[in-house]
Amino acid sequence: MSSTMEVQLIAIVVAAACALPGVFLVLRRMAMMSDAISHTVLLGIVLGYFVTRDLASPLLFVGAVATGVLTVSLVEMLTRTNLIKEDAAIGLVFPVLFSIAVILISRYAGNVHLDTDAVLLGELAFAPFDRITWGWLDLPRALLIGSITLVLNLLLIVLLYKELKLATFDVGLAATLGFSPVLVHYGLMTVVSITAVGAFDAVGSILVVALMVAPPAAAYLLTDRLSRMLGLSVVIAVLSAVLGYWFARWFNVAIAGSMAMMTGVAFLLAFLFAPARGIVALGVRRSRQRWEFAQQMLTLHLLNHEGTAEADDECSRNHLSHHLRWQPRFAATVIRLAEQGGLIQCDGMRLMLTDQGRRLAQEASLR
Amino acid sequence: MQPALAITDLTVAYHDKPVLWDVDLEVPASTLMAIVGPNGAGKTTLIKAALGLVRPAAGQTLFYGRPYREQRRLVGYVPQRGSVDWDFPTSVLDVVMMGRYGSLGWFRRPGKAERQHALAALEKVRMADFATRQISQLSGGQQQRVFLARALVQDAQIYFMDEPFQGVDAVTERAIIDLLRDLRANGKTVIVVHHDLQTVPEYFDQVCLINVRRIASGPVAEVFTEANLRATYGGRIAFLGHAEDDEATPSRTEGMLKGVAD
Amino acid sequence: MELFADYTLRMVALGSAMLGIVSGVLGCFAVLRRQALLGDAMSHAALPGIVVAFLLTGQRDPLILMLGAAGSAWLAALLLMSVTRTTRVKEDSSLALILAVFFGTGLVLLSWLQQRPDAAQAGLRSFLFGQAAAMVARDVQVMVALGVPTLVLVALFWKQFKVLTFDPEYAASLGLPVRGLSVLLTSLIIVAIVLGLQTVGVVLMSAMLVAPAAAARQWTDRLGVMIVLAGLFGASAGVVGALISATARGLATGPTIVLCLGVLTLVSFLFAPNRGLIWRYTRQAVPQV
Repeated sequence: MSSTMEVQLIAIVVAAACALPGVFLVLRRMAMMSDAISHTVLLGIVLGYFVTRDLASPLLFVGAVATGVLTVSLVEMLTRTNLIKEDAAIGLVFPVLFSIAVILISRYAGNVHLDTDAVLLGELAFAPFDRITWGWLDLPRALLIGSITLVLNLLLIVLLYKELKLATFDVGLAATLGFSPVLVHYGLMTVVSITAVGAFDAVGSILVVALMVAPPAAAYLLTDRLSRMLGLSVVIAVLSAVLGYWFARWFNVAIAGSMAMMTGVAFLLAFLFAPARGIVALGVRRSRQRWEFAQQMLTLHLLNHEGTAEADDECSRNHLSHHLRWQPRFAATVIRLAEQGGLIQCDGMRLMLTDQGRRLAQEASLR
Repeated sequence: MQPALAITDLTVAYHDKPVLWDVDLEVPASTLMAIVGPNGAGKTTLIKAALGLVRPAAGQTLFYGRPYREQRRLVGYVPQRGSVDWDFPTSVLDVVMMGRYGSLGWFRRPGKAERQHALAALEKVRMADFATRQISQLSGGQQQRVFLARALVQDAQIYFMDEPFQGVDAVTERAIIDLLRDLRANGKTVIVVHHDLQTVPEYFDQVCLINVRRIASGPVAEVFTEANLRATYGGRIAFLGHAEDDEATPSRTEGMLKGVAD
Repeated sequence: MELFADYTLRMVALGSAMLGIVSGVLGCFAVLRRQALLGDAMSHAALPGIVVAFLLTGQRDPLILMLGAAGSAWLAALLLMSVTRTTRVKEDSSLALILAVFFGTGLVLLSWLQQRPDAAQAGLRSFLFGQAAAMVARDVQVMVALGVPTLVLVALFWKQFKVLTFDPEYAASLGLPVRGLSVLLTSLIIVAIVLGLQTVGVVLMSAMLVAPAAAARQWTDRLGVMIVLAGLFGASAGVVGALISATARGLATGPTIVLCLGVLTLVSFLFAPNRGLIWRYTRQAVPQV
């Protein structure tokens, strides 16, 4: 396998592995935890290295995952003391832990294969050189770790799909059915930490955040079904990763950064053009709703004043804009639309409801 | 006499979902009015739209015949107690003085006059002893009284209060009632979002029943009838008494309204 | 005092003190308005602006780079607002998304820049984690020129900012232009962020906003005192951290300052009277008579 192919494969596997737990982070409103965790796992790696003096030791992995989960519980502990609010707790805990890690690296591990640039950006381009050979197997280490993470995440989601869905959309019901919210929460945080650590080496902390949040957020604008959202997130993440790789190749720029950029482009496209929830569709719908609603308002207004003493005044074409505080041009358009739609009739200056208009007003008033 | 507040044809919508539908409401000056209706009826929205905090889709609000922009100084506001973070680093007196910020002008700091004003207002709500306390140390009722004092120092003519009786102790409830009556005696008008139907006839002279649309409004004696309440609350009201005809008098209605759904 | 005789160190100390005061003061508003993470997103989002400003002008003048940074931080804040307002994507997701995408874009631009032969771009990487030792008189001048007016504006609009932070809806009912004031306050927070770019770096700048405010809050129940304390905490951590980093070998300034702040905050959380954890614990243990 060529190294170009291998780098892309790694990117694809990591992107898919990140997007899966990301869906639940986005739905549970904990997306910023991915930012915190992806930074603090570095501390676990560094401390693990000081203990083992071996960058390949599995203990580093365990240490990093533990630090990720520890970050979450530290944030929760701080929030529970009521000394500061949750956002400040997140904004405090992870920079401090990350700073400790960066200082330890630059002070005591400067000569090792660990530097602060790699922390942010990863070293995807060099990933094919770090290989694991095991019998007939000869794979880049990042590909192996990424695949294991992906399989693990897939398995968890397939096996616990119903439970995760329930715990995400109806915490109360899930709790009464015996799924402890705390367990689900920490389970998810452990998975996020494992995924972050697995991806961290290859793509760096920033891309981990981008891959975990942007594709699910884009998918969230495209579908209402959890299963589809999971599928779409993976597709968007993988596409962004591959496009990002080629973009980086063509312009000779940082690979992880350009993948993050592509996830942003994907989200932007969904944000603008998603069929029902994109802002273009939304704008069209809102403007239609505005006119429809204004016509309803008009019929209701006429209904309310029908047959009352002040009806002549309230229902006059000229006074409408005054009473409803509408711009005269707006009022004129609404009247024209309502007339065309057969909702009202004009008798000189006087506006009167048709039967259809009265029905609409009565329906509207029941809402 | 000119009404203190006149709302005409007010419609407020969230996109195409109406929250208030073509509401008309007049509040005579020097009266206490309760705004009553089920949850989600638009009571708070009505107040916010009148204060210009929510943009209406149609309709207008006049204070003594003129729009809010020109009459801002005449209007005082007591928001829901739960709308702020009570762990904010500030003292009771400081919060009360915020009521003067509107009339102080851009760059003047609150001074001695504002302090006196605020202390007097705290005295009125029986909170003078708490002036230097941090606001997180207050009970719910005390928080409510601080908000009332803050509105009092605005020296307004018309007050809007959003559920001031919600979850307060008996002392605070008493203090609020006395305050309301005191305000009315001084010619002020008070519009209160209220939840407890049983106390409406005792506390207020006017009532407005709304549920997205205005069902009825006017003097309590005329408007606060079982028929109107049924129209407002639909099936959600639990009438404990025997079936009554539509002409139930307010005093009898009051007796029936036990265990009203929130 | 031999330390301050050194020109570089004097500049570093001056600049860091200015930065610490401004970010401490503005950080109080960010924290009380629950915008701590917005600060994080905006400071990461400043990176592409720095590079673009350099690409367009070819200069490393601090004022130009700061303008670029402020521009892209503002763009990020606007995007964030429009995403959370118009779609169902929640605030946390938009924050993380914008942070990562803007920062990723910044790194792409940085790596593209590095292919170019000119030497001027060499130092731009130090904006990631900060490099206080590189500070010269011109940097300090710009920091003071931006920082002092910022503090003056906070003093001028003191009561408006206070009521806006405590109860924005009530502020609107008083007739204050709430939207305009919010824009002003956010702009001032962005000024605090761009002041720290060179010293602390974009990655850790948010801690410079959050930590002094979080620490100061524990010692007092008055906003005025909190803001003064936060300014002091920010300045002392800034100066100490920057000096350690400028004199020791191979220590990036950002992490060093953040570590100083971390210690300060931890001490405040534990030992502050009334609110501190140890105080609380002992009060529980010894029943009062």
